[in-house]
Amino acid sequence: MNIWQAVLEAFESLSANKLRSGLTILGIVIGVGAVIAMVSVGRGAQATITESINGIGTNLIFVFRGGSEDVRNPKPITLSDAEAIADPFQAPSVVAVAPVIQDSGKVTYGRESTTTSITGVTPDYASVRKYTVTEGDFIDQEQMLGQASVVLLGSEVADKLFGRRDGLVGETVRIESQPFRIIGVLKPKGGSSFSNADNLVMIPFSTAQARLIRHSTSDQVDLLLVEAISPKAVPEASNEVAQILRTRHRTAIGADDFTILTQQDFLSTASTITNVLTIFLGGVAAISLLVGGIGIMNIMLVSVTERTREIGLRKAVGAHKVDIMVQFLAESSVLSLFGGVIGIILGYSIAFAVAQIAKANNAVISPSISIDITLIATLFSTAVGLFFGIYPANRAANLEPVEALRYE
Amino acid sequence: MHMETNQPTPEAASTNGWVIRAENLTKVYKMGAVEVHALNGLSLRIARGEIVSIMGPSGSGKSTLMNIIGCLDRPTSGEYILDGEPVARLSDDQLATIRNRKVGFVFQSFNLLSRATALANVELPVRYSGMVRGRREKAKAALESVGLADRLHHRPSELSGGQQQRVAIARALVNDPAIILADEPTGNLDTKSGQEIMELLLTLNREHGTTLIIVTHAPDIAAHSQRIIHIRDGVVEEAV
Repeated sequence: MNIWQAVLEAFESLSANKLRSGLTILGIVIGVGAVIAMVSVGRGAQATITESINGIGTNLIFVFRGGSEDVRNPKPITLSDAEAIADPFQAPSVVAVAPVIQDSGKVTYGRESTTTSITGVTPDYASVRKYTVTEGDFIDQEQMLGQASVVLLGSEVADKLFGRRDGLVGETVRIESQPFRIIGVLKPKGGSSFSNADNLVMIPFSTAQARLIRHSTSDQVDLLLVEAISPKAVPEASNEVAQILRTRHRTAIGADDFTILTQQDFLSTASTITNVLTIFLGGVAAISLLVGGIGIMNIMLVSVTERTREIGLRKAVGAHKVDIMVQFLAESSVLSLFGGVIGIILGYSIAFAVAQIAKANNAVISPSISIDITLIATLFSTAVGLFFGIYPANRAANLEPVEALRYE
Repeated sequence: MHMETNQPTPEAASTNGWVIRAENLTKVYKMGAVEVHALNGLSLRIARGEIVSIMGPSGSGKSTLMNIIGCLDRPTSGEYILDGEPVARLSDDQLATIRNRKVGFVFQSFNLLSRATALANVELPVRYSGMVRGRREKAKAALESVGLADRLHHRPSELSGGQQQRVAIARALVNDPAIILADEPTGNLDTKSGQEIMELLLTLNREHGTTLIIVTHAPDIAAHSQRIIHIRDGVVEEAV
């Protein structure tokens, strides 16, 4: 008897008991569905996070004040540090340096007000962070030198204060009660799951330093953005930056008082977190698959007992042990395969439903349909059916024909 | 000691040879600590083409003998040669093959697969024989030979008792076995269909020359056979 025939026959006998078969595969459906949904949403989230990190720019280096915990009194990073790094002789792999100071503050227009991030930037910031404006112009060198009271609005801030994103140039808003003239509106960058790049206002670095954000050291910056000449030059550039800062801060060896992060560091941290999460959720879901498998075994045992006479008759007319074995294994595999297929459909439906809910809440998760996980789920569920079918099938195969025929 | 009365009709033996030769069969069951001797050195010969009835009260060892003749079970000791093949010491799977090729079973309760059509039921032994092509045709021919050509796609629940037993007979003879072993073949049937089934079995015996062994309590069924073997206390008691 060949396998195909056994599968056909398995279909027949399973469809003779539709309700029972349906309830049996429910365990597998839920198990596989849960695994698929979890993994799919997990991967979708991972893709979103990766994308938004990539949106930062692939050749960016972030430099913060403060190193490992045992370094006392870390020196602040200053504008002079930034100038040193910008020197092409000292740091040949660096294209541009953009110092940033940041604080949160209240921005008002008429009766509307919003609390957002006030970011003091230099003209280079636009090219380093790949910001463009939908209208107006970016901060220029003149405004920088003149400590001009001008502001660029992030698209979300524009939405909140004006309810529109165009025709705003020339209007005046108040930041912490001081008037600022709008010179442009930033193009939305998206990527809402990772540090919102649209909910901010930008003002000239010098203006922020002099009038809004006060630090103990006069030319202190909060963050240095360093752009390397190419993504490949990022490690080299970060070495150069580290060398310059070590020399300038006179740090002891191995006791840096600053931290350098590259996009790769963000990516690997984020993917570690999402991987752990995906594995954890998938593992929880796999347990329900196991429970489904036990359900199959249970029903197969009942089925073997119920069909003892049938098994006896089959043996009487010449079925070998392996024939009976194959028959019952085919049934349990067909059950679990069916459960698997329905589970996959269910899983992806759940994943898409989750994505819709996320979308409604302004978070973009595009669930990924991946061939590998679908295949693994199908194979795994069939394997579960096979594994949990072995014991009942073996029991059926080893029934004594005489006793099986006599069974009432 | 029963050898003399155990002989089949001389002409059958001389023309066709023995299809069943059982020598000194014993069967011992262990029921806990107690040993039950179901067969006590039973010997038996049946000629090819013969119609034989096996009768005996319950507990006589009749069922045990039937199981061994049908290769469903092995004797504890003794020799059993079915259609020229010694089968007393074969493994389970070897016995399954022998049953498939040489034995057709007809049971009192039909034992049809309720989900399968008449055709699929009859096809079952052909499938287990490993035949790939022409199975359906073979099954169809068997059903035609029992007069059910118009009931191929009916399920057992759609057939009368007599028709179900006909399907079972078609299943028994589909692989052209050496013997047909019928265990109370009319026990679940009314008199009229019982008679029809007996006539069918006798006709098949006449036309195909298949040896027919009927295990029964009913003397009027046994009366159809050429020879009656009585079993008592695990041995052959007498032949009529």
